[in-house]
Amino acid sequence: MNTTQGVTVRVENCAKTFADGTRALDPVTLDVARGETLVFLGPSGCGKTTMLRIIAGLEKPDSGGRVLFNAQDVTRIPIERRNVGMVFQSYALFPNMNVAQNIAYSLALRGAGKAERDSRVAELVALTGIEGLENRNIDQLSGGQRQRVALARAVAMRPSVLLLDEPLTALDAALRERLRGELDRLLRTLGITTIYVTHDQSEAMTLGDRIVVMRKGAIAQVGSPRDIYFKPASRFVAEFIGAANIIDAVSDNGVLVLPGGRLAVDKTGHGQVAAMIRPESIGIISPEAAFLVGRVASVSFTGDRQRLVVDGASDKPLIVDASNTLAVKIGDTVGLTVAPSAIQFLQGA
Amino acid sequence: MSTAALQEPWAKSDNPAAPIPVHQKMSRDDLIMRIALCVLAAWLVIAVLLPLGALLIKSFEGPDGGFVGVSNFALFFANPSLTQSISNSLSIAIVSTVICVLLSFVFAYGLMRTCMPGRGIFKLISQVPLLAPSLLPAISLVYLFGNQGFAKSMMLGQSIYGPIGIGIGEVFWTFPHALIIMITALSTSDARLYEAASALKASAWRTFWTVTIPGARYGLISATFVVFTLVVTDFGVPKVIGGQFNVLATDIYKQVIGQQNFRMGAVVGLLLLLPAVFSFAVDQWVQRKQSAAMSSRAVAYEPKPDAFVDTAFLVICGLIAAAILTVIFTALFASLATLWPYNLTPSFKNYDFDNMDGGGWQSFFNSLRMAGFTAVFGTAIIFSGAYLMEKTKGFGAGRFVFQFLALLPLAVPGIVLGLGYIFFFNSPANPFNFIYGTTTILVVCSIAHFYSVAHLTAVTALKQIDQEIETVSSSLRVPFYRTFFLVTLPVSLPAVLDIAMYLFVNALTTVSAVVFIYSPQTTLASIAVLNMDDAGDVAPAAAMAMTIFFAATAVRVVYTGLVRGVLGRTQAWRHR
Ligand SMILES: Nc1ncnc2c1ncn2[C@@H]1O[C@H](COP(=O)(O)OP(=O)(O)OP(=O)(O)O)[C@@H](O)[C@H]1O
Ligand SMILES: [Mg+2]
Repeated sequence: MNTTQGVTVRVENCAKTFADGTRALDPVTLDVARGETLVFLGPSGCGKTTMLRIIAGLEKPDSGGRVLFNAQDVTRIPIERRNVGMVFQSYALFPNMNVAQNIAYSLALRGAGKAERDSRVAELVALTGIEGLENRNIDQLSGGQRQRVALARAVAMRPSVLLLDEPLTALDAALRERLRGELDRLLRTLGITTIYVTHDQSEAMTLGDRIVVMRKGAIAQVGSPRDIYFKPASRFVAEFIGAANIIDAVSDNGVLVLPGGRLAVDKTGHGQVAAMIRPESIGIISPEAAFLVGRVASVSFTGDRQRLVVDGASDKPLIVDASNTLAVKIGDTVGLTVAPSAIQFLQGA
Repeated sequence: MSTAALQEPWAKSDNPAAPIPVHQKMSRDDLIMRIALCVLAAWLVIAVLLPLGALLIKSFEGPDGGFVGVSNFALFFANPSLTQSISNSLSIAIVSTVICVLLSFVFAYGLMRTCMPGRGIFKLISQVPLLAPSLLPAISLVYLFGNQGFAKSMMLGQSIYGPIGIGIGEVFWTFPHALIIMITALSTSDARLYEAASALKASAWRTFWTVTIPGARYGLISATFVVFTLVVTDFGVPKVIGGQFNVLATDIYKQVIGQQNFRMGAVVGLLLLLPAVFSFAVDQWVQRKQSAAMSSRAVAYEPKPDAFVDTAFLVICGLIAAAILTVIFTALFASLATLWPYNLTPSFKNYDFDNMDGGGWQSFFNSLRMAGFTAVFGTAIIFSGAYLMEKTKGFGAGRFVFQFLALLPLAVPGIVLGLGYIFFFNSPANPFNFIYGTTTILVVCSIAHFYSVAHLTAVTALKQIDQEIETVSSSLRVPFYRTFFLVTLPVSLPAVLDIAMYLFVNALTTVSAVVFIYSPQTTLASIAVLNMDDAGDVAPAAAMAMTIFFAATAVRVVYTGLVRGVLGRTQAWRHR
């Protein structure tokens, strides 16, 4: 099972207008590589589930749209013949069957003998780490275990594409964080082309080979987690992914002119710009040595670091993540420093 | 996420010309489901819509079959004894409705809003009238207050035969129907309103009028219309105890069975359809309002003990329960007395149905068979129909039509449906004519008559199951019928049993729908009650009514046992 399996997926010019006139998707074109995990990320109602359902064959795109698996047009083929595995937020496990029966549900039909079925179930149970739970009823499982049963059931038939719609959202935060890592390992072991929908950016960062950030039914940016984080294409992406300071200022031949001083940037020419700086890219130094100073308006200690809000340096308060050992208190005047390479200029909005 | 302003409000497309979706090949499952849904819709058309159409046509037909416009209606309204029936029906229905709604409200209040002892028992007793045909209370009233009744003196010289008897009988028979609605209405009220009222130091009386009554208003409206319709269209009670007091429902019977005047029967049938259709419309409106009023944040009201209130309600509810039990026990005693009122020695002489008119024990076994078939086939048809309506992908128009057909029987009184069956199935031109006079037509009619409530029960149960189960199954390439039998059906077993029990008990006790379409070979127990009473064999009629009652009770007990026992174990996942 360690080999890369699955298909390439191409979504071509797929828009979706529901019968009631709701425009859920603008025309979208996208390619997913074989074995890749692609994550759709965006706020509620932006069309992620609709996108997933179009790929699954549960929703038909507006005319002109196409879905291709391995360059074969599957747009007109219903879900039963697309060979996709699905996992939903609710898991939709069969409540009247035990774990093994759930996992083997689709195997019984494929002419698989009992021995073959049992060995496949054993293999999947081991893979998903739920050994020993085979005979448990669904109501005797924890949320995380249910999620793994749903995944095992979905991959039992060796689908070409695995589609997951917010599979961790129903779980509490701590469990979600732990399962994120496990799920990532599992998806990599499976090697199936995977399309994953979430509105949680850390989930998207951990799991995605690439992330598609969506906004109002359109793609805002496609890229690797690092690209999305460090080089957001727009204000929307910058603000949606992690914490971001977005500074509207005048850039004058390599210098940003700010109320609290100046910042050196990699940008020539003169004009109004929007610059994005991540809170952890801002260093705190002594005000005497700094070109940019501000006053600490708040300090919140979170254990691993402390988050400061600094007034007066920029047009709006700056969020700064400082080391947890830094001695600083409200009212202190601090100097700020940012490497020019950590300043990202946003286009458009 | 750094800012909270990221939840983009999603505007609707302002492009009016919506693009058409890509055409997708229908999967085999989709095709089968659509065909199956159409077949079931066709079934409903034959079992409900066409008989109603036949009734409509009949009412505009002349003696030789031609179209005569409204002349049948003109004849009806020109006949003073028939128009008298309208005012009789209306006045009886209004009085019975007011009394029944008041009593059921008080009873439901006692059950839901007080801590009076014995609420479980009271609830159980309140449902007893559902287990007997409406003929039973009327027969009991004859024994209690009739010419030889042992409580005749309580009538103060008035006769029980006529409006008084009809009124009491109808209140008894419609009470559980109203009570169920009132219980629902009182259980949905929001405790926070009461807390607010007590924080404002409002008196109990004021709270009652400003919080309780408005909270239950939809239930009150709904119960009023339901009871009114039931009374106007009921035929059992006035048939037995009406005396010379004619109402519309008995007029149909007399016109059709007595005088073979089918056209006049059809006219009266259409008139009876009016309150039913109106009440149906009101009920649909109430349902929408009520579900809107039930906010998800509403907190259930927990009554607190109050010695005075609890005692007062114990007395009132105790009296109502006693009245219900008196009616049942009177019928029981009358059926067991050798010769009322002269020889009260208990005997089973009145249960010797084989030596009496009315079809004998055979009619009881016919009833059991008919009710059994209705329960089995009806549950299968109704649950499958609800499933297909809920789960078929796309096909909006088909599903809409099906939903309409499935709810239509709610607006059709049994007596009207039965009459429509005569016109439709008895016509030699009808290819289904061969079922006329068989058990099949009785089963078809009973399933159609009780379709809607069972359908709604099934839909509610299906909506409670995770909607993605079907999606997952189809992605696993498992045919829908396999998932239906392996998952949906087992998971819905409580609802399935509930529907089967409902159909069985109602098919066993119904009179109105089947009275027009039974044949000498297929007499039913409830019809036997009617005919024996008609022939003056009142005690055997009581005995047969009690036999039905015991059979229905036995089924209920078995059902309760099943629910508690088998389902308790297999449906354990529900409680977690
Ligand atoms: N069947 C439908 N008919 C009409 N509008 C729909 C339908 N399904 C979804 N929509 C609308 O389409 C838009 C996109 O919905 P979608 O479910 O794809 O969002 P999402 O990104 O998955 O959101 P969430 O994170 O809340 O699940 C929403 O505005 C939604 O209301
Ligand atoms: Mg979604």
